[in-house]
Amino acid sequence: MSTTTEPAADAAPVKAGAAPPTNSANGRTPRSLGVQNLAGWLFSTPFLVLFTVFMAFPIVATLAMSFTDFGLRNVTDPLSAEFIGFENYTKLFGDEKFLKALFNTAYFVVIGVPLTIGAGLAAAVLLNSGIDRARTFFRVGFYAPVVTSIVAVAVVWTFVLDPSEGLIAGLASEVGLTTPDFLGSEALAMPSLILMAVWRNLGTVMVLFIAGLQAIPTDVREAARLDGASAWQEFRRITVPLVRPTMLYATVITTIGYLNVFEEPFVMTEGGPSNSTLTVSLNMYREGFNFFHMGYASAMAYVLFLVIMGITVLQLRLLKDNTK
Amino acid sequence: MSAAETPTQQAAPRENGRTGRRGKTGVYVLLSLGVLVMSAPFLWMALSAFKTDRELAASPPVWIPTEWTLAHFSRLLDRLDLPLYFFNSVIVAVLVTVSNLVFCSMLGYALAKLRFAGRNKLFALVLGALMVPGNLMLLPLFVLMSKLRLIDSYAGLVLPFAAGALGVFLMRQFMQSIPDELLEAARMDGAGEWYIFWRIVMPLVKPALATLAILTFLGSWNNFVWPLIATNDPGKYTLPVALATFATDPNQSEGSNGMLMAGSLLVVLPVLLIFIVLQRYFTQGIATAGIK
Repeated sequence: MSTTTEPAADAAPVKAGAAPPTNSANGRTPRSLGVQNLAGWLFSTPFLVLFTVFMAFPIVATLAMSFTDFGLRNVTDPLSAEFIGFENYTKLFGDEKFLKALFNTAYFVVIGVPLTIGAGLAAAVLLNSGIDRARTFFRVGFYAPVVTSIVAVAVVWTFVLDPSEGLIAGLASEVGLTTPDFLGSEALAMPSLILMAVWRNLGTVMVLFIAGLQAIPTDVREAARLDGASAWQEFRRITVPLVRPTMLYATVITTIGYLNVFEEPFVMTEGGPSNSTLTVSLNMYREGFNFFHMGYASAMAYVLFLVIMGITVLQLRLLKDNTK
Repeated sequence: MSAAETPTQQAAPRENGRTGRRGKTGVYVLLSLGVLVMSAPFLWMALSAFKTDRELAASPPVWIPTEWTLAHFSRLLDRLDLPLYFFNSVIVAVLVTVSNLVFCSMLGYALAKLRFAGRNKLFALVLGALMVPGNLMLLPLFVLMSKLRLIDSYAGLVLPFAAGALGVFLMRQFMQSIPDELLEAARMDGAGEWYIFWRIVMPLVKPALATLAILTFLGSWNNFVWPLIATNDPGKYTLPVALATFATDPNQSEGSNGMLMAGSLLVVLPVLLIFIVLQRYFTQGIATAGIK
C-alpha cells in the first residue's frame, strides 16, 4: 500500500486565505491554493471536533486522572478530585491482583499470538497453493468467526467447553473419554480462552497473508522450482522471507488486540477461577466501573498503554526486514 | 491490491506444476478439516438452539435434534425484549455508519486531494489515532458523558465512534487514485470544492464507501465495552450487552444452554448472512487498508 504524501503544503502554518507564494510546481495559482487552504480545514473540521472531544481530551484526561484519587463522587464533580502524585502507580506494583492480571495478559499474548499467526499463515498458504475450486467457500469458512460478535461467540464457546453438555465433552464421550471442566480449572481456563481467540482471529491474519502471498512475483517461485527447490525449501526460503512485512504487520495488530483482551474472560469466566483469567482490561473495568476507583483504574489504563506502545516499537525493531 | 480478488483465474494455471493431483487432494482434505473445525461451534450452536432440554442433556449426545423445538426462542423472548435490543443496535450502527461515511470521506478527500497548510501533520494525527487502544479513553469518556447527560442515550453510544481514524485512512487511500486532472477540470469550470466532493469524488469511490460502510456497521454491531459502560437502563441496551448481561446472570438465564444458544443464534445469524452475501467487500477492505 502506498502511503506516500507529497511534501508540499505543509511548509508553514499559513492562515486560510493567505497563500504562500511558493509551491507553484504544478502550475497552480496562489488564489486556488488559498481557497484550498480554507476548504482543507473546513473538510477536516467535523473529524477534528469529534477527535478532540472524544479522543484527544479523554487521552489527556486519563493521564490526569491517574494522578488523582478520582472516585464515584467525582463523576458529578470531577474537579474536586485530589492530586496524589504517583501514589496510584506505586500502589499498582504492590497490587497482587494487578500483577496477576499483567501475568495473565502476557500469557494470553505470548501463547496466543504465535498460534494465531501460525494458523493464519497455514490457512493462507493452503488457500494459495494452486487449488482452483471452492476457494471462496474456504475463505468464507475461515473468516466467518471474525465478523461475529465476540460476546455471542464467547457464549457459544462456553457451551462448547461445557463439561456435561458441551460439544467437546460430547465428542469425547463418543469415544469413551471424559473431559475436564475446562473453564472451571485454574490450569485449563486460560488455554481454553487462547484456543477460542485463535479460532476467532486467524481469519484476519489469513486475509492479510493471502494478499501478501499474491504479491510474490510468479517468476521468483518458478526460478526456484527450475533450480529444483522442494516445496518446503520454497516455503522456507521464498515464501517466509517475502511475506515478512505482512508477518510484521499481522503480529503487531494481533498483539495489540490480545493485550486488550476483555470480552472473552468477561463473558466466559468472569476472570476466574481464582483470578486465573483476570486480564488487565477486565481488572481495569472492574476497578473503574464496579468499584469506581477511577483514578486507580486510569493508572492501569496508562500502564497497559505504555506496555502496548513499548511492545509495538520493539516488534517493529526486531521483526523489521533487515535486508532492506 | 485488486489482485486479491482475481486469484482463481491466476492461481490455477500458474500453480498446477507444483501441486500434483495427490498434493491437491491433500490440500483439499486439510482445508475441509479446517473449515469443519471453524464452523463446528456455529453448527453446534444452531442445532442446540432447536433441541429439547432432554436432548441437550443426553449422553451420549444427540447431534441432530430428533424433535425440533422453538421453546428456547419463545422462553428467551419472554425474558428479553430482543426486538428492542435489535432496534437499538440497528439505530446505533446506522448512525455510526452514516456519520463515518460522511466525515471520514470529507477528511479523506482533504488529505488526498486538497493542498493546505498542516495537511501532513493532520495525516500523521490520523495514523497516530489508529494506534490508540479504545480502552484508554473509557474512564474519562464515561465521566464526560455523565456530565453531558448522555448516558443511556443514542447520542452517547454513537458520538465516540462517529468518525474513526480507520475510515479516514481507508478513504484517503482510495481517493488518491482519482486523477487530479478531473478535479482540476471541474475547478476550471467553476465548481466549488463542496460540489466536487459530493458530485464527482463520492460517486467515484462507491466501492470504497461500500467497504467502509460494511466494516463500520459491523464494528458497531459487535461493539461491546462502550455500550456496556454507557448504558444502565436496559431499555437502551444493544444486543451484545443484553446477551452478555443475560448470560452472566444465572438468575436470568438459569444456565439454560438452549436459551443461550437461541440468543446467540439471533445475534450471530444476521451478521453471518450479511457477511456471506457481501464477503467480497470485507476481504477487499482489509487487504486494501491493510487493517482490520
